[in-house]
Amino acid sequence: MISMTMLYAVVGVMFAGFAVLSALDRQNPRRLANAAFWGLMALSLLAGDRLGDFGNGLLVLGLAGIGGFNLLGKGRPATTSTTERETWSAKLGNRLFLPALIIPAVALVGTLAVAYTPLGTLGLFEPKRETYALLILGALLALHVLFAWLRPPASAPLQEGRRLVDSIGWALVLPQMLAALGAVFAAAGVGTVVGDTARAVIPDGSIFVTVLVYAFGMALFTMVMGNAFAAFPVLAAGIGVPLLIQQYHGSPAVIGAVGMLAGFCGTLLTPMAANFNLVPAALLDLKDRYGVIRAQVATAVPLLLFNTLLIYWVAFR
Amino acid sequence: MNYWPLLGILLVVAGFALRWNPMLVVTAAALATGLLAGLDPVAVVSTFGKAFNDNRIIAVVWIVLPVIGLLERYGLQERATALIRSMQGATTGRLLALYLVYRQVTAAVGLMSTAGQAQTVRPLVAPMALAAAEQQWGPLDPAVAERVKSMAAATDNVGLFFGEDIFIAIGSIVLIQQTLAADGYTLAPFELAVWAIPSAVAACLIHGGRMLWLDRRLGGARR
Repeated sequence: MISMTMLYAVVGVMFAGFAVLSALDRQNPRRLANAAFWGLMALSLLAGDRLGDFGNGLLVLGLAGIGGFNLLGKGRPATTSTTERETWSAKLGNRLFLPALIIPAVALVGTLAVAYTPLGTLGLFEPKRETYALLILGALLALHVLFAWLRPPASAPLQEGRRLVDSIGWALVLPQMLAALGAVFAAAGVGTVVGDTARAVIPDGSIFVTVLVYAFGMALFTMVMGNAFAAFPVLAAGIGVPLLIQQYHGSPAVIGAVGMLAGFCGTLLTPMAANFNLVPAALLDLKDRYGVIRAQVATAVPLLLFNTLLIYWVAFR
Repeated sequence: MNYWPLLGILLVVAGFALRWNPMLVVTAAALATGLLAGLDPVAVVSTFGKAFNDNRIIAVVWIVLPVIGLLERYGLQERATALIRSMQGATTGRLLALYLVYRQVTAAVGLMSTAGQAQTVRPLVAPMALAAAEQQWGPLDPAVAERVKSMAAATDNVGLFFGEDIFIAIGSIVLIQQTLAADGYTLAPFELAVWAIPSAVAACLIHGGRMLWLDRRLGGARR
């Protein structure tokens, strides 16, 4: 069976490759910081389960120190020029899309096959993690096809991958750190305090105000935590269950499902949701780090109002 | 009750308002919150490290970077641009509205990881959206190009967030189920997933409408 440990190992080897190539990159004045950063990521993926909790904690502090004090530089591995790319693009034509489609095609067909055909009964993949395994298989297959077809230099995938990973930089690790922050908040009892405080400020008897505090609280706490998953249990325990469901007899399905979606509106508005809002800004070379968030405000705010009203209209019929 | 840990939240908000480096903000907030709650330093670092390790699955999607980088080496972005130029009637807004629907529908049937910021937006969607805008309006002002790229990334996020909850096996549905089950409310995934549909439709109308409106704004920006 393809286990998560094996998948982490494959990704870990990739980051180890980024680290080694970074260390050798004399063009980058900060090459050692880059090598250390991607090396720590590799260590986490390859040996995280053997480091122990405190060891992993020190590893994260190392990543945070390098990334947080802006020590990372940008490697500029040799790649093709714009003119060369235009020439290749004209020469290869639309066939160039085919290798790009291998990854989504393998992930899509594979996931469906595991779910709906006898293939799923063979136990090839760790349950619930099939798509991740298939994503990696798709990437490896796409690499094979590209090597057979275009014969790039052997180091090209890692060098080109390093070009992209350096353009993302520390933002790549932030989502995992936010998940860790959520765990510390939970251990410190932050959720209980927030829930109790929210309950204390809501005037008794007004369903509408309670719904408003619940939905906007979901969005706001999601913005702080960067993740609706962290906010949901807090607001459900603080307001959703005791007030909306138990006191006002609202529908648990609506309050649960739409409440989570109100949280998703908050995800669109916060830099804490780094993988959705900061990583693409880096990937697309935006000058404004918060450009993606700005583009989302006019969608997120009306949607939050819609979700708030939806709960009020349908949960208390 | 111990209110001191709330300073951690304040630290997060202040850190972002002052545009400090997010890595530092998150780390400082975690350490401060843990210590203010009375945990000993080793326990705080251990909690932080354990959760980081438990969430390594987030890092798996970066496996696509070498493939995307290699394809860019052979002109994938240039090809995406050329394809759009060859199409009649392709506009930035129509293209992004179409991508929104595609992303919502595939996410709704459980195919969240088949597209994304690294997999599709950088190599394909953003270059195509830029090409369509240039096709229609000529060379773009840098600020307008930045806006088009931001909209491409935003479209991916909106499509993903308001499509995936319709799929019953997604993590958020499981989390809602478990949270409410702890209080004695047993719900089937399907009962929750249907309530994601109205918001999905609203997201499609609001964001799709904004994308179609974007074409007019781009025209206005040129004149």
